[in-house]
Amino acid sequence: MSLLKVRDLSVAARGRNLVDSVSFTLDAGERLGIIGESGSGKSLTATAIIGLLPPGLSATGSVLLDGHEVIGAREGELTALRGAVAATVFQDPLTALDPLMRVGRQIGEVWERTERRAGRPHGKGDTRAAVFSLMDEVSLPEPERIAGAFPHEISGGQRQRVAIAMALACRPKLLIADEPTTALDVTTQKETLALLARLVADHGMTLLFISHDLPVVAGIVDRVVVMRTGVVVEEGPVRQVFATPTHAYTRELLVAAERFDRALGAA
Amino acid sequence: MTAVVASAPRRGASWTWRIGLALVGLHVVVGLLTLVWTPYDPGAMTGGRLSPPSLAHWAGTDRLGRDVLTEVMIGSRIALQVGIGAVSIGAAIGITIGIIAAFATRWRDDALAATLDILIAFPTLLIAMLVVAASEQASLGTAILALGIALSAVVARLTRILAKRVIQTDYVTAARVSGSSWLAIVREHVLPNIWPTLSVNLALQFGLAVIAEASLSYLGLGAPPPNASWGRLLQEAQGTVYSAPFGAIVPGLALVSLTIGVNLFADGLRDLADPLRRGRG
Repeated sequence: MSLLKVRDLSVAARGRNLVDSVSFTLDAGERLGIIGESGSGKSLTATAIIGLLPPGLSATGSVLLDGHEVIGAREGELTALRGAVAATVFQDPLTALDPLMRVGRQIGEVWERTERRAGRPHGKGDTRAAVFSLMDEVSLPEPERIAGAFPHEISGGQRQRVAIAMALACRPKLLIADEPTTALDVTTQKETLALLARLVADHGMTLLFISHDLPVVAGIVDRVVVMRTGVVVEEGPVRQVFATPTHAYTRELLVAAERFDRALGAA
Repeated sequence: MTAVVASAPRRGASWTWRIGLALVGLHVVVGLLTLVWTPYDPGAMTGGRLSPPSLAHWAGTDRLGRDVLTEVMIGSRIALQVGIGAVSIGAAIGITIGIIAAFATRWRDDALAATLDILIAFPTLLIAMLVVAASEQASLGTAILALGIALSAVVARLTRILAKRVIQTDYVTAARVSGSSWLAIVREHVLPNIWPTLSVNLALQFGLAVIAEASLSYLGLGAPPPNASWGRLLQEAQGTVYSAPFGAIVPGLALVSLTIGVNLFADGLRDLADPLRRGRG
Protein backbone atom coordinates (compact mmCIF):
# COMPACT_ATOMS: atom_id res chain seq x y z
CA MET A 1 0.00 0.00 0.00
CA SER A 2 1.26 3.45 -0.74
CA LEU A 3 1.92 5.66 2.27
CA LEU A 4 1.19 8.86 0.41
CA LYS A 5 -1.07 9.28 -2.58
CA VAL A 6 -1.43 12.76 -4.05
CA ARG A 7 -4.00 13.16 -6.80
CA ASP A 8 -4.79 16.38 -8.68
CA LEU A 9 -3.54 18.53 -5.81
CA SER A 10 -3.94 22.23 -6.48
CA VAL A 11 -3.14 25.09 -4.13
CA ALA A 12 -4.77 28.41 -4.93
CA ALA A 13 -4.35 31.93 -3.59
CA ARG A 14 -6.89 34.53 -4.67
CA GLY A 15 -8.02 32.42 -7.63
CA ARG A 16 -4.48 31.83 -8.93
CA ASN A 17 -3.14 28.28 -8.87
CA LEU A 18 0.31 28.16 -7.27
CA VAL A 19 0.32 24.38 -7.45
CA ASP A 20 -1.62 22.93 -10.35
CA SER A 21 -2.95 19.36 -10.54
CA VAL A 22 0.06 17.65 -8.99
CA SER A 23 -0.17 13.87 -8.71
CA PHE A 24 2.34 11.35 -7.40
CA THR A 25 2.48 8.41 -5.04
CA LEU A 26 5.02 7.40 -2.47
CA ASP A 27 5.26 3.79 -1.34
CA ALA A 28 6.31 2.83 2.16
CA GLY A 29 10.10 2.78 2.39
CA GLU A 30 10.57 4.72 -0.80
CA ARG A 31 12.66 7.88 -1.08
CA LEU A 32 11.23 10.55 -3.34
CA GLY A 33 12.74 13.92 -4.22
CA ILE A 34 10.80 16.96 -5.35
CA ILE A 35 13.09 19.34 -7.19
CA GLY A 36 12.52 22.73 -8.70
CA GLU A 37 13.59 26.36 -8.43
CA SER A 38 12.14 28.66 -5.78
CA GLY A 39 8.54 29.49 -6.57
CA SER A 40 8.02 26.18 -8.32
CA GLY A 41 5.50 25.11 -5.68
CA LYS A 42 7.58 22.31 -4.19
CA SER A 43 7.41 23.52 -0.60
CA LEU A 44 3.72 24.41 -0.90
CA THR A 45 3.07 20.86 -2.08
CA ALA A 46 4.81 19.51 1.01
CA THR A 47 2.89 21.90 3.26
CA ALA A 48 -0.43 20.90 1.70
CA ILE A 49 0.38 17.21 2.24
CA ILE A 50 0.43 17.71 6.02
CA GLY A 51 -2.48 20.17 5.94
CA LEU A 52 -0.51 23.18 7.17
CA LEU A 53 -1.10 25.71 4.41
CA PRO A 54 -0.87 29.30 5.66
CA PRO A 55 -4.20 31.14 5.94
CA GLY A 56 -5.38 32.52 2.62
CA LEU A 57 -4.27 29.48 0.65
CA SER A 58 -6.70 26.70 -0.16
CA ALA A 59 -6.03 23.22 -1.45
CA THR A 60 -8.22 21.08 -3.68
CA GLY A 61 -7.81 17.55 -4.94
CA SER A 62 -6.90 14.59 -2.80
CA VAL A 63 -4.03 13.76 -0.45
CA LEU A 64 -4.23 10.31 1.12
CA LEU A 65 -1.70 10.16 3.97
CA ASP A 66 -1.50 6.64 5.37
CA GLY A 67 -5.04 6.02 4.14
CA HIS A 68 -6.52 9.24 5.60
CA GLU A 69 -7.76 12.12 3.49
CA VAL A 70 -5.97 15.35 4.44
CA ILE A 71 -7.73 17.87 2.18
CA GLY A 72 -10.82 19.16 3.96
CA ALA A 73 -10.08 17.29 7.20
CA ARG A 74 -10.73 18.97 10.54
CA GLU A 75 -7.76 20.29 12.51
CA GLY A 76 -8.36 17.77 15.30
CA GLU A 77 -8.13 14.77 12.97
CA LEU A 78 -5.01 16.25 11.38
CA THR A 79 -3.29 16.72 14.74
CA ALA A 80 -3.67 13.02 15.49
CA LEU A 81 -2.61 12.02 11.99
CA ARG A 82 0.41 14.30 11.72
CA GLY A 83 2.12 13.18 14.87
CA ALA A 84 1.75 9.51 14.12
CA VAL A 85 2.61 9.56 10.45
CA ALA A 86 4.78 12.48 9.38
CA ALA A 87 7.52 14.70 10.77
CA THR A 88 9.31 17.59 9.11
CA VAL A 89 12.85 18.96 9.02
CA PHE A 90 12.96 22.58 7.87
CA GLN A 91 15.42 24.68 5.93
CA ASP A 92 16.60 27.07 8.61
CA PRO A 93 17.52 25.21 11.80
CA LEU A 94 17.65 28.43 13.82
CA THR A 95 14.00 29.31 13.29
CA ALA A 96 13.01 25.65 13.56
CA LEU A 97 13.99 25.61 17.24
CA ASP A 98 12.31 27.54 20.05
CA PRO A 99 14.90 30.19 21.01
CA LEU A 100 13.86 30.18 24.68
CA MET A 101 13.88 26.44 25.35
CA ARG A 102 16.99 24.38 26.06
CA VAL A 103 17.50 21.94 23.21
CA GLY A 104 17.39 18.89 25.47
CA ARG A 105 13.92 19.84 26.60
CA GLN A 106 12.77 20.49 23.03
CA ILE A 107 13.73 16.96 22.04
CA GLY A 108 12.26 15.63 25.30
CA GLU A 109 8.88 17.31 24.75
CA VAL A 110 8.44 15.62 21.39
CA TRP A 111 9.52 12.25 22.77
CA GLU A 112 7.15 12.51 25.74
CA ARG A 113 4.27 13.46 23.44
CA THR A 114 4.95 10.44 21.25
CA GLU A 115 5.06 8.16 24.31
CA ARG A 116 1.82 9.63 25.70
CA ARG A 117 0.10 9.11 22.37
CA ALA A 118 1.26 5.51 22.28
CA GLY A 119 -0.08 5.13 25.83
CA ARG A 120 3.30 4.17 27.30
CA PRO A 121 4.02 5.41 30.82
CA HIS A 122 7.37 7.12 31.35
CA GLY A 123 9.25 8.96 34.05
CA LYS A 124 11.66 11.88 34.12
CA GLY A 125 14.67 9.59 33.92
CA ASP A 126 13.25 7.82 30.86
CA THR A 127 12.99 11.14 29.02
CA ARG A 128 16.58 12.02 29.88
CA ALA A 129 17.83 8.67 28.65
CA ALA A 130 15.72 8.90 25.48
CA VAL A 131 17.00 12.42 24.73
CA PHE A 132 20.62 11.29 25.09
CA SER A 133 20.04 8.25 22.92
CA LEU A 134 18.35 10.40 20.23
CA MET A 135 21.24 12.85 20.39
CA ASP A 136 23.64 9.97 20.04
CA GLU A 137 21.73 8.71 17.00
CA VAL A 138 22.18 12.05 15.23
CA SER A 139 25.85 12.10 16.29
CA LEU A 140 25.65 15.15 18.52
CA PRO A 141 28.82 15.40 20.64
CA GLU A 142 28.90 16.33 24.35
CA PRO A 143 25.22 15.52 24.99
CA GLU A 144 25.37 16.98 28.52
CA ARG A 145 26.47 20.39 27.33
CA ILE A 146 24.31 20.58 24.21
CA ALA A 147 21.16 19.37 25.95
CA GLY A 148 21.55 22.24 28.40
CA ALA A 149 22.28 24.87 25.78
CA PHE A 150 19.91 27.28 24.08
CA PRO A 151 19.70 27.10 20.26
CA HIS A 152 21.79 30.26 19.76
CA GLU A 153 24.63 28.71 21.75
CA ILE A 154 25.30 25.82 19.34
CA SER A 155 26.42 25.72 15.69
CA GLY A 156 24.17 25.62 12.65
CA GLY A 157 25.03 22.02 11.87
CA GLN A 158 24.33 21.03 15.48
CA ARG A 159 21.00 22.86 15.37
CA GLN A 160 19.98 20.92 12.28
CA ARG A 161 20.95 17.69 14.05
CA VAL A 162 18.75 18.71 16.97
CA ALA A 163 15.87 19.36 14.53
CA ILE A 164 16.45 15.93 12.99
CA ALA A 165 16.51 14.33 16.44
CA MET A 166 13.15 16.00 17.18
CA ALA A 167 11.68 14.67 13.94
CA LEU A 168 13.10 11.25 14.80
CA ALA A 169 11.55 11.35 18.28
CA CYS A 170 8.10 11.18 16.61
CA ARG A 171 9.09 7.83 15.07
CA PRO A 172 7.39 8.94 11.86
CA LYS A 173 6.62 6.69 8.92
CA LEU A 174 7.17 9.63 6.60
CA LEU A 175 10.01 12.12 7.01
CA ILE A 176 9.55 15.34 5.07
CA ALA A 177 12.82 17.21 4.62
CA ASP A 178 12.22 20.70 3.23
CA GLU A 179 15.59 21.95 1.93
CA PRO A 180 17.25 20.65 5.10
CA THR A 181 20.79 21.45 3.96
CA THR A 182 20.33 24.75 2.15
CA ALA A 183 21.21 26.94 5.14
CA LEU A 184 24.35 24.93 5.96
CA ASP A 185 27.89 25.22 4.66
CA VAL A 186 29.13 22.61 2.20
CA THR A 187 30.98 20.37 4.66
CA THR A 188 28.10 20.36 7.14
CA GLN A 189 25.73 19.75 4.21
CA LYS A 190 27.53 16.52 3.33
CA GLU A 191 27.51 15.27 6.91
CA THR A 192 23.84 16.11 7.38
CA LEU A 193 22.89 14.33 4.14
CA ALA A 194 24.85 11.25 5.14
CA LEU A 195 23.12 11.32 8.52
CA LEU A 196 19.66 11.61 6.94
CA ALA A 197 20.41 8.75 4.52
CA ARG A 198 21.61 6.54 7.38
CA LEU A 199 18.61 7.29 9.60
CA VAL A 200 16.09 6.72 6.81
CA ALA A 201 17.73 3.36 6.07
CA ASP A 202 18.08 2.35 9.74
CA HIS A 203 14.49 3.15 10.66
CA GLY A 204 12.88 2.09 7.40
CA MET A 205 11.36 5.56 7.05
CA THR A 206 9.81 6.86 3.87
CA LEU A 207 11.48 10.07 2.73
CA LEU A 208 10.10 13.08 0.91
CA PHE A 209 13.08 15.26 0.13
CA ILE A 210 12.51 18.75 -1.21
CA SER A 211 15.37 20.66 -2.76
CA HIS A 212 16.49 22.91 -5.60
CA ASP A 213 19.90 21.31 -5.57
CA LEU A 214 20.27 18.43 -8.05
CA PRO A 215 23.45 16.78 -6.74
CA VAL A 216 22.04 16.84 -3.20
CA VAL A 217 18.83 15.15 -4.32
CA ALA A 218 20.59 12.62 -6.53
CA GLY A 219 22.60 11.29 -3.64
CA ILE A 220 19.72 10.49 -1.34
CA VAL A 221 16.55 9.56 -3.27
CA ASP A 222 15.40 6.77 -5.62
CA ARG A 223 12.89 8.72 -7.62
CA VAL A 224 12.38 12.41 -8.46
CA VAL A 225 9.51 14.67 -9.36
CA VAL A 226 10.58 17.81 -11.20
CA MET A 227 8.32 20.82 -10.66
CA ARG A 228 8.16 24.16 -12.38
CA THR A 229 5.65 26.98 -11.89
CA GLY A 230 3.36 24.69 -9.97
CA VAL A 231 3.24 21.77 -12.37
CA VAL A 232 5.06 18.47 -12.50
CA VAL A 233 7.13 18.52 -15.68
CA GLU A 234 8.93 15.22 -15.27
CA GLU A 235 8.93 12.20 -13.01
CA GLY A 236 10.90 8.98 -12.85
CA PRO A 237 13.78 7.05 -11.25
CA VAL A 238 16.62 9.38 -10.41
CA ARG A 239 19.17 7.75 -12.78
CA GLN A 240 16.79 7.78 -15.69
CA VAL A 241 15.71 11.39 -15.22
CA PHE A 242 19.28 12.59 -14.90
CA ALA A 243 20.66 10.43 -17.72
CA THR A 244 17.94 11.06 -20.26
CA PRO A 245 15.92 14.12 -19.26
CA THR A 246 12.88 14.45 -21.49
CA HIS A 247 11.80 17.94 -20.47
CA ALA A 248 13.73 21.04 -21.50
CA TYR A 249 13.58 22.42 -17.95
CA THR A 250 15.20 19.33 -16.44
CA ARG A 251 17.97 19.59 -19.03
CA GLU A 252 18.46 23.24 -18.09
CA LEU A 253 18.76 22.31 -14.43
CA LEU A 254 21.29 19.60 -15.25
CA VAL A 255 23.38 21.86 -17.46
CA ALA A 256 23.36 24.54 -14.77
CA ALA A 257 24.47 22.02 -12.16
CA GLU A 258 27.27 20.70 -14.39
CA ARG A 259 28.48 24.19 -15.17
CA PHE A 260 28.53 24.95 -11.47
CA ASP A 261 30.48 21.77 -10.77
CA ARG A 262 33.05 22.62 -13.45
CA ALA A 263 33.41 26.12 -12.04
CA LEU A 264 34.05 24.62 -8.64
CA GLY A 265 36.53 22.13 -10.08
CA ALA A 266 38.47 24.83 -11.89
CA ALA A 267 38.71 27.01 -8.82
CA MET B 1 25.48 22.08 31.76
CA THR B 2 24.53 25.73 32.25
CA ALA B 3 28.09 26.97 32.12
CA VAL B 4 27.57 28.91 28.89
CA VAL B 5 24.65 30.87 30.26
CA ALA B 6 26.13 31.43 33.69
CA SER B 7 29.38 32.85 32.36
CA ALA B 8 27.58 35.42 30.22
CA PRO B 9 27.40 38.91 31.71
CA ARG B 10 24.04 39.72 33.28
CA ARG B 11 22.83 42.99 31.92
CA GLY B 12 19.82 42.69 34.20
CA ALA B 13 21.89 43.79 37.17
CA SER B 14 22.37 47.29 35.78
CA TRP B 15 22.28 50.26 38.15
CA THR B 16 18.93 51.52 36.84
CA TRP B 17 17.41 48.13 37.60
CA ARG B 18 18.87 48.25 41.11
CA ILE B 19 17.33 51.67 41.73
CA GLY B 20 13.98 50.40 40.43
CA LEU B 21 14.17 47.35 42.64
CA ALA B 22 15.08 49.49 45.67
CA LEU B 23 12.17 51.90 45.11
CA VAL B 24 9.63 49.12 44.56
CA GLY B 25 11.12 47.18 47.48
CA LEU B 26 10.78 50.22 49.75
CA HIS B 27 7.08 50.50 48.95
CA VAL B 28 6.58 46.76 49.44
CA VAL B 29 8.30 46.86 52.84
CA VAL B 30 6.33 49.95 53.92
CA GLY B 31 3.08 48.46 52.60
CA LEU B 32 3.62 45.22 54.52
CA LEU B 33 4.67 47.16 57.60
CA THR B 34 1.33 49.00 57.71
CA LEU B 35 -0.41 45.66 58.20
CA VAL B 36 1.16 45.40 61.65
CA TRP B 37 2.37 48.89 62.55
CA THR B 38 1.86 52.55 61.62
CA PRO B 39 3.28 55.61 63.42
CA TYR B 40 -0.23 56.57 64.56
CA ASP B 41 -3.64 54.98 64.30
CA PRO B 42 -4.94 55.57 60.78
CA GLY B 43 -7.65 58.22 60.83
CA ALA B 44 -6.89 59.29 64.40
CA MET B 45 -6.60 63.00 65.09
CA THR B 46 -3.21 63.14 66.72
CA GLY B 47 -2.05 66.71 66.68
CA GLY B 48 -2.68 70.25 65.63
CA ARG B 49 -4.22 70.86 62.22
CA LEU B 50 -1.93 71.46 59.26
CA SER B 51 1.17 71.45 61.42
CA PRO B 52 4.52 71.44 59.58
CA PRO B 53 6.92 68.47 59.82
CA SER B 54 8.18 67.88 63.35
CA LEU B 55 9.79 65.05 65.30
CA ALA B 56 6.35 63.78 66.31
CA HIS B 57 4.92 64.09 62.77
CA TRP B 58 7.71 63.65 60.18
CA ALA B 59 5.49 64.75 57.31
CA GLY B 60 3.21 67.06 59.28
CA THR B 61 -0.52 66.72 59.79
CA ASP B 62 -3.48 67.32 57.51
CA ARG B 63 -6.46 69.64 57.95
CA LEU B 64 -8.12 67.21 60.38
CA GLY B 65 -4.93 66.75 62.38
CA ARG B 66 -4.17 63.27 61.06
CA ASP B 67 -0.55 62.17 60.62
CA VAL B 68 0.34 62.51 56.89
CA LEU B 69 3.13 59.91 57.04
CA THR B 70 0.71 57.29 58.39
CA GLU B 71 -1.74 57.97 55.59
CA VAL B 72 0.95 57.93 52.91
CA MET B 73 2.32 54.63 54.23
CA ILE B 74 -1.12 53.05 54.05
CA GLY B 75 -1.34 54.56 50.56
CA SER B 76 1.67 52.42 49.58
CA ARG B 77 -0.23 49.29 50.49
CA ILE B 78 -3.34 50.44 48.63
CA ALA B 79 -1.29 51.35 45.55
CA LEU B 80 0.40 47.94 45.52
CA GLN B 81 -2.94 46.17 46.00
CA VAL B 82 -4.38 48.15 43.09
CA GLY B 83 -1.37 47.53 40.85
CA ILE B 84 -1.18 43.81 41.53
CA GLY B 85 -4.95 43.34 41.38
CA ALA B 86 -5.55 45.39 38.24
CA VAL B 87 -2.59 43.90 36.37
CA SER B 88 -3.62 40.33 37.35
CA ILE B 89 -7.18 40.89 36.13
CA GLY B 90 -6.00 42.73 33.02
CA ALA B 91 -3.45 40.00 32.24
CA ALA B 92 -5.92 37.15 32.79
CA ILE B 93 -8.55 38.68 30.51
CA GLY B 94 -6.14 40.23 28.02
CA ILE B 95 -3.85 37.23 27.50
CA THR B 96 -6.82 34.89 27.08
CA ILE B 97 -8.49 37.10 24.48
CA GLY B 98 -5.20 37.79 22.72
CA ILE B 99 -4.29 34.10 22.43
CA ILE B 100 -7.79 33.20 21.21
CA ALA B 101 -7.62 35.95 18.59
CA ALA B 102 -4.18 34.82 17.43
CA PHE B 103 -5.41 31.26 16.89
CA ALA B 104 -8.87 32.15 15.57
CA THR B 105 -10.03 31.93 11.99
CA ARG B 106 -9.42 35.01 9.92
CA TRP B 107 -12.74 36.80 10.24
CA ARG B 108 -13.14 36.10 13.95
CA ASP B 109 -9.64 37.44 14.50
CA ASP B 110 -10.46 40.55 12.45
CA ALA B 111 -13.63 41.10 14.47
CA LEU B 112 -11.75 40.75 17.79
CA ALA B 113 -8.92 43.00 16.61
CA ALA B 114 -11.38 45.70 15.51
CA THR B 115 -13.21 45.50 18.86
CA LEU B 116 -9.92 45.85 20.73
CA ASP B 117 -8.89 48.84 18.63
CA ILE B 118 -12.19 50.54 19.44
CA LEU B 119 -11.78 49.80 23.16
CA ILE B 120 -8.21 51.11 23.14
CA ALA B 121 -9.41 54.33 21.51
CA PHE B 122 -11.26 55.11 24.77
CA PRO B 123 -8.98 56.46 27.52
CA THR B 124 -8.29 53.86 30.22
CA LEU B 125 -9.59 56.23 32.86
CA LEU B 126 -12.89 56.72 31.03
CA ILE B 127 -13.54 52.98 30.78
CA ALA B 128 -12.66 52.59 34.46
CA MET B 129 -15.04 55.44 35.37
CA LEU B 130 -17.84 53.77 33.39
CA VAL B 131 -17.28 50.47 35.21
CA VAL B 132 -17.26 52.23 38.59
CA ALA B 133 -20.39 54.19 37.65
CA ALA B 134 -22.13 50.97 36.62
CA SER B 135 -21.42 49.32 39.98
CA GLU B 136 -23.52 49.83 43.11
CA GLN B 137 -20.98 51.81 45.13
CA ALA B 138 -17.36 52.83 44.95
CA SER B 139 -15.00 50.46 46.75
CA LEU B 140 -11.39 49.42 46.44
CA GLY B 141 -12.48 46.17 44.76
CA THR B 142 -14.57 47.99 42.19
CA ALA B 143 -11.69 50.33 41.38
CA ILE B 144 -9.33 47.36 40.91
CA LEU B 145 -11.82 45.50 38.72
CA ALA B 146 -12.51 48.62 36.67
CA LEU B 147 -8.82 49.28 36.04
CA GLY B 148 -8.19 45.60 35.27
CA ILE B 149 -10.90 45.60 32.62
CA ALA B 150 -9.66 48.88 31.22
CA LEU B 151 -6.08 47.54 30.94
CA SER B 152 -7.10 44.22 29.43
CA ALA B 153 -7.68 45.65 25.94
CA VAL B 154 -4.09 46.87 25.67
CA VAL B 155 -2.76 43.56 26.98
CA ALA B 156 -4.99 41.62 24.57
CA ARG B 157 -3.81 43.58 21.56
CA LEU B 158 -0.15 43.16 22.44
CA THR B 159 -0.61 39.46 23.20
CA ARG B 160 -2.36 38.91 19.87
CA ILE B 161 0.43 40.53 17.86
CA LEU B 162 3.22 38.78 19.77
CA ALA B 163 1.47 35.39 19.64
CA LYS B 164 0.83 35.68 15.91
CA ARG B 165 4.52 36.23 15.32
CA VAL B 166 5.40 33.12 17.34
CA ILE B 167 2.72 31.00 15.65
CA GLN B 168 4.21 31.71 12.24
CA THR B 169 7.66 30.42 13.17
CA ASP B 170 9.04 27.12 11.94
CA TYR B 171 9.32 25.67 15.43
CA VAL B 172 5.60 26.02 15.97
CA THR B 173 4.97 24.49 12.54
CA ALA B 174 7.34 21.67 13.50
CA ALA B 175 5.43 21.18 16.75
CA ARG B 176 2.17 21.07 14.80
CA VAL B 177 3.62 18.57 12.34
CA SER B 178 4.67 16.40 15.24
CA GLY B 179 1.07 16.47 16.48
CA SER B 180 1.03 19.08 19.28
CA SER B 181 -2.43 20.33 20.21
CA TRP B 182 -2.87 24.10 20.12
CA LEU B 183 -3.11 24.21 23.91
CA ALA B 184 0.26 22.46 24.19
CA ILE B 185 1.73 24.93 21.69
CA VAL B 186 0.42 27.85 23.75
CA ARG B 187 1.92 26.45 26.92
CA GLU B 188 5.25 25.26 25.57
CA HIS B 189 6.09 27.81 22.90
CA VAL B 190 3.78 30.82 22.72
CA LEU B 191 3.64 31.91 26.37
CA PRO B 192 7.39 31.51 27.09
CA ASN B 193 8.26 33.39 23.90
CA ILE B 194 5.88 36.31 24.39
CA TRP B 195 6.62 36.56 28.12
CA PRO B 196 9.83 38.67 27.96
CA THR B 197 8.01 41.41 26.02
CA LEU B 198 4.69 40.94 27.75
CA SER B 199 6.08 41.02 31.29
CA VAL B 200 7.79 44.35 30.63
CA ASN B 201 4.51 45.70 29.32
CA LEU B 202 2.62 44.36 32.34
CA ALA B 203 5.10 46.06 34.65
CA LEU B 204 4.52 49.32 32.81
CA GLN B 205 0.76 48.74 33.09
CA PHE B 206 1.30 48.33 36.82
CA GLY B 207 2.65 51.87 36.96
CA LEU B 208 -0.22 53.15 34.82
CA ALA B 209 -2.76 51.37 37.05
CA VAL B 210 -1.32 53.04 40.15
CA ILE B 211 -1.57 56.45 38.50
CA ALA B 212 -5.06 55.72 37.17
CA GLU B 213 -6.26 54.66 40.63
CA ALA B 214 -4.84 57.87 42.09
CA SER B 215 -6.77 59.76 39.42
CA LEU B 216 -9.97 57.85 40.19
CA SER B 217 -9.58 58.55 43.90
CA TYR B 218 -8.78 62.18 43.18
CA LEU B 219 -12.11 62.36 41.36
CA GLY B 220 -13.83 60.62 44.27
CA LEU B 221 -14.42 57.41 42.28
CA GLY B 222 -11.70 55.29 43.85
CA ALA B 223 -11.39 53.62 47.21
CA PRO B 224 -13.60 55.48 49.73
CA PRO B 225 -12.33 56.49 53.21
CA PRO B 226 -10.78 55.13 55.36
CA ASN B 227 -8.64 53.78 52.49
CA ALA B 228 -5.92 56.38 52.25
CA SER B 229 -5.28 56.34 48.53
CA TRP B 230 -2.60 58.80 47.41
CA GLY B 231 -5.11 60.30 45.00
CA ARG B 232 -7.52 61.08 47.82
CA LEU B 233 -4.72 62.53 49.95
CA LEU B 234 -3.72 64.80 47.05
CA GLN B 235 -7.31 65.88 46.57
CA GLU B 236 -7.75 66.64 50.27
CA ALA B 237 -4.47 68.57 50.39
CA GLN B 238 -5.37 70.61 47.34
CA GLY B 239 -7.17 73.37 49.24
CA THR B 240 -4.33 73.90 51.66
CA VAL B 241 -1.41 73.37 49.30
CA TYR B 242 0.00 76.87 49.90
CA SER B 243 -0.33 76.94 53.66
CA ALA B 244 0.70 73.31 54.28
CA PRO B 245 2.53 72.00 51.17
CA PHE B 246 3.72 68.79 52.81
CA GLY B 247 0.24 67.28 52.69
CA ALA B 248 0.55 67.28 48.88
CA ILE B 249 4.29 66.87 48.42
CA VAL B 250 4.68 63.64 50.39
CA PRO B 251 1.90 61.61 48.69
CA GLY B 252 3.05 63.09 45.35
CA LEU B 253 6.62 61.90 45.97
CA ALA B 254 5.32 58.51 47.00
CA LEU B 255 3.33 58.18 43.75
CA VAL B 256 6.24 59.33 41.59
CA SER B 257 8.79 57.11 43.33
CA LEU B 258 6.65 53.98 42.92
CA THR B 259 5.87 54.58 39.23
CA ILE B 260 9.48 55.44 38.37
CA GLY B 261 10.64 52.44 40.37
CA VAL B 262 8.26 50.14 38.51
CA ASN B 263 9.41 51.47 35.14
CA LEU B 264 13.10 51.04 35.94
CA PHE B 265 12.35 47.59 37.30
CA ALA B 266 10.49 46.70 34.07
CA ASP B 267 13.58 47.44 31.97
CA GLY B 268 15.70 45.11 34.08
CA LEU B 269 12.99 42.48 34.01
CA ARG B 270 13.16 42.29 30.23
CA ASP B 271 16.85 41.50 30.29
CA LEU B 272 16.36 38.84 32.94
CA ALA B 273 13.44 37.16 31.20
CA ASP B 274 15.18 36.85 27.86
CA PRO B 275 18.11 34.43 27.62
CA LEU B 276 19.06 35.86 24.22
CA ARG B 277 19.69 39.30 25.69
CA ARG B 278 21.20 37.76 28.78
CA GLY B 279 23.71 35.95 26.61
CA ARG B 280 24.71 38.93 24.52
CA GLY B 281 25.38 41.48 27.22
